[in-house]
Amino acid sequence: MARLTARTAFDGLLPITAGDLRLEEVTHDRITWVSPLKGQMAKVSRALDKAVGADFPSPNTHAKGVVWFGPDQALVLGKSVEPMNGAAMVDQTSAWACCALDGSEAAEVLARLVPIDLRDKSFGVGAAARTMLGHMNCVLMRTGKTRYEIMVFRSMAETLVHEVERAMKMTTARHSLTP
Amino acid sequence: MRLDGKGQVDRGTPVRFHFNGQGFSGFRGDTVASALMANGVKLVGRSFKYHRPRGIMTAGSEEPNALIQVGTGDAMLPNVRATMQEIYPGLETRSQNHVGPLNMDLLSVNDLFSPWLGAGFYYKTFMWPRAFWEKVYEPAIRRAAGLGRMTRKASPEESERAFGFCDVLVIGGGPAGLMAALTAARSGADVILAEEGAALGGRLLSDGESIDGMPAEIWVAETVAALRETGRVRIMTRTTVTGAYDGLTFGAVERVSTHLPHDPDLPRECFWRIRASQAVLAAGALERPIAFPNNDRPGIMLASAIRTYLNRYGVTPGEKVAIFATNDDAHHTAVELIEAGVEVSAVIDPRDDVQAIGDYPLHAGAEVIGSHGRQGLKSIEVRRGDETFIVAADCLGLSGGWNPTLHLTCHQGARPVWNPTIHAFVPLENAIEGLHPAGACRGTFDTAGCLGEGVEVAALALRALGKRIRKPDLPVADDHSGATSALWAVEAKGRAWLDFANDVTTKDVKQAAREGFASVEHMKRYTTQGMAPDQGKSSNIGALAVLADTTGRGIPDTGTTTYRPPYTPVALGTWGAGARGKGFAPQRFTTSHKAVTTRGAPMIEAGLWYRPSYLPQPGETHWRQSCDREVNMVRNAVGIVDVSTLGKIEIIGPDAGAFLDFLYTNTFSTLKPGRVRYGLMLREDGHVMDDGTTACLAPDHYVMTTTTAFAGPVMAHMDFVAQALRPDLDVRFTSVTEQWAQFSVAGPLALHLLNAVLDDPISDETFPFMQCGAVKVHGIDGRLFRISFSGEHAYEVAVPAAYGDALYRDLVARAESLGGGAYGMEALNVLRLEKGFITHAEIHGRVTAFDIGMQGMMSKKKDFIGKAAATRPGLLDENRERLVGMKPVGPVKELLAGAHLYEADAEPSRVNDIGYITSAGYSPTLGHVIALGFVNNGPTRVGHHIKMVDGLRGVTTEVEICDPVFFDPDGGRARG
Repeated sequence: MARLTARTAFDGLLPITAGDLRLEEVTHDRITWVSPLKGQMAKVSRALDKAVGADFPSPNTHAKGVVWFGPDQALVLGKSVEPMNGAAMVDQTSAWACCALDGSEAAEVLARLVPIDLRDKSFGVGAAARTMLGHMNCVLMRTGKTRYEIMVFRSMAETLVHEVERAMKMTTARHSLTP
Repeated sequence: MRLDGKGQVDRGTPVRFHFNGQGFSGFRGDTVASALMANGVKLVGRSFKYHRPRGIMTAGSEEPNALIQVGTGDAMLPNVRATMQEIYPGLETRSQNHVGPLNMDLLSVNDLFSPWLGAGFYYKTFMWPRAFWEKVYEPAIRRAAGLGRMTRKASPEESERAFGFCDVLVIGGGPAGLMAALTAARSGADVILAEEGAALGGRLLSDGESIDGMPAEIWVAETVAALRETGRVRIMTRTTVTGAYDGLTFGAVERVSTHLPHDPDLPRECFWRIRASQAVLAAGALERPIAFPNNDRPGIMLASAIRTYLNRYGVTPGEKVAIFATNDDAHHTAVELIEAGVEVSAVIDPRDDVQAIGDYPLHAGAEVIGSHGRQGLKSIEVRRGDETFIVAADCLGLSGGWNPTLHLTCHQGARPVWNPTIHAFVPLENAIEGLHPAGACRGTFDTAGCLGEGVEVAALALRALGKRIRKPDLPVADDHSGATSALWAVEAKGRAWLDFANDVTTKDVKQAAREGFASVEHMKRYTTQGMAPDQGKSSNIGALAVLADTTGRGIPDTGTTTYRPPYTPVALGTWGAGARGKGFAPQRFTTSHKAVTTRGAPMIEAGLWYRPSYLPQPGETHWRQSCDREVNMVRNAVGIVDVSTLGKIEIIGPDAGAFLDFLYTNTFSTLKPGRVRYGLMLREDGHVMDDGTTACLAPDHYVMTTTTAFAGPVMAHMDFVAQALRPDLDVRFTSVTEQWAQFSVAGPLALHLLNAVLDDPISDETFPFMQCGAVKVHGIDGRLFRISFSGEHAYEVAVPAAYGDALYRDLVARAESLGGGAYGMEALNVLRLEKGFITHAEIHGRVTAFDIGMQGMMSKKKDFIGKAAATRPGLLDENRERLVGMKPVGPVKELLAGAHLYEADAEPSRVNDIGYITSAGYSPTLGHVIALGFVNNGPTRVGHHIKMVDGLRGVTTEVEICDPVFFDPDGGRARG
């Protein structure tokens, strides 16, 4: 029997760096879409807490690898979760190109691409959003003071690298400017 | 001429640059205008229409005359204001709009023809003979009139765009803006302070004033330090706020690196979209010139600009300067010039009762009525009462008062209000909610007033934000703005310019009024006043005042023209920053992308996806050779094609079946687990939206496929239906298009090939046509669907996308060993055409289920979206254009998609049109071209001969109407 070799979404395109900025691939062993059926939210939230130690996330938040994904929808990143009663669940492990942008000016880079307010008071650590990155749908999470995780469709991995790399270079090049 | 001990440029850093190929030297901090002035250059360009010599008129972005080309090659940018372009080592600049050298422009002959080139000349002068307009007159005029030259290629210098957010946006970094920003920041607000110039300070850097007992520029430096100390202010210099849009969103252009030698990583400009919770407009005011005969000579400029060049750049535009002003403020310019050692030959003030405030000859109650000097001012003609006399001057400063820079307050339709006390328009109260004007842009012209208003207006903004207000101490400053009177145009014989940039004189405005263009909007368009790159910043108010005078209506009744964004010209490359090349749209690549491109497949775009057109084999020189081979391969052996681009939506929940029943025209709730069904979806208007198969994976669990093109729209449609139309249904769904790499395995050997990759073999009996189920593919969990878009015995096998590349290569290698291989979109299209299967070429948005012969799929037993509309009599009319197949029957063998159809003996004209071809291709299976299309009452006319005419490509073909299914009509091959 032949063995099929798995490839990651970025397949060698990452990491890239500019100044102290670094864009690297994040690989999750499993990504599961979870959506409680009618009236099942509380039950599913409890089951989720038991499985991964996090409640069903409220809109625009993430915690412990569970990120809000839309009305009554969440993605569980990393951990594998058993089927839960009362929830629609779909494997999405291969569907997303996931990466992390880290560096003191990460927010400046994202401000070139993402149209939402990324100031601390509106997008602090633990915040998440379904928004646009350039022309791409994305899931954006703030996972640290200077660290953001970005998810786009797997098919758009190359475009993501193109867009973010350009913004990283331009942001870094501004260092040569005197205030 | 450079003056010792004056100015704020960096005298320690000389900078060499070029103007018209000649080297010049200035200092860091100079603009092209100030550096040329320091070198004694007066003539910097030619006017738009008459090619008159022109010099520098202002020191800011309102400059109408000194427009230059900057850069070389494809990076050249035209119409850059020399007053804004800072110099840097190696900067290349050129003057515009002349034939031959600037000082001997051949087109200056236009000035002699000026009597024929006045207002509306192109509507009148060139009317005859009619045919000459396009061939002779227009090209000649276009060559003669105009400004910069366009480059043909995209600039290699890139710009960027960015999104900014703040509690308070302060627009303008003069006294009002600085105080507003300080007040807001100290009260705990996030502030963006946008200043158009290279340094903060506004007029404080130009006017030689003192604040709190110290020179103004020192106070500015201390205030900027205090702003930085708050840690809450993003200071953006070289940033022009260009537009005020809905919800306090502002457009702004930051000139990131236009003052530096080219660096490929640095953006040239940045287009900002700034969303502010509140905004303070502190944009200042623009001084207005005075119209008098020949007031456009190089050396004639605004009095305030003289002061800017003197105090900020340490240069004087002349050695013998005269001032013509209607207000006290301009007299200070004379005093400062004298203090700097420059001779002031006269101050001419039309007011009778003014006193000189320094040691200069004052001509009160006098006016300037003319000027002399061919390419630069030599003297002016002054009239006082009946007496006229000549005053020697190589520079004349004009000041007809000030116009508040209120443009942004009008960007959402508000009109400014005339204030007769200060003879100026001021912003309408609350013109844009949350945008608060302060200082000179509101008509407050004294420095103390501006500083105070900055604080008070910031307090208004902070109150709206619910912040506790902490006001900084108000510094002590001059609280006199001085008296002023209005003088728009001097009554004297000769052409007096209003709009320098577009060559519009007082005569043109008067003529427009006489000829009936008396509304200010009509006058503007008839004379082109205010339509140049400066958008009439220094001429609009003067022109409407002259118009008001001519019509006798008065200024408030005449009103202004409409203020629209952008405030200053924005390069197209800046608007569209980031959208060039790969930035235009995302590229979606399938997991088989590398494998097919390695095989040399030309890719075609399907939406954002890239798919292989065909996969050429050695020796194939034409796409048809590859396509025919691939079709035969599928019909006779087995072919592999990536179908991952089709939309895949997983639908789960107790009401999933009911939901599908409502979406599709046919019934899915009866579909058994393990079975697949073809479905048709309508829009609410009864026309076909999309088609595809839906598989029942388990009870209450389905996966739907959509077409590649409509994956997004179908998902949006389903969201709408679930949220708005059927919130009663308990159903959840999500796209799994990206999760699964899915490949079609098609051909008589498909089963044989498939069993080589499946852990557990299948057979016709265990896995019949339209069956689906979970499988293991080389040990990986996958899904198998027995469906066919080629008409052959075929399967679609899916694995998680991580394994897509590996499985595709494996399938193709195995297919090749069986005499088959990979096929592309061309062959896929021919295969489906032979079977009469539709794509969005057929269901293009204007066809119904009835039109494509699928009215039988519209269930009578249940409701579904589009049902009511689809059963309207007009949509079930027998004579509608309906789907048929076609083949050529005459000597011409070509059928072309897009061509129209006519009766064999009819004239091919619009009224005789009976249909059109939607898809066509050569069928190697049948040995001739086949097509699908729509013909009036088509299905009843099978066997009839009609005519195809392609007017664009000049092809006429005799056509026989046939059944759309050309091959294997009973479907035996697919069912196996």
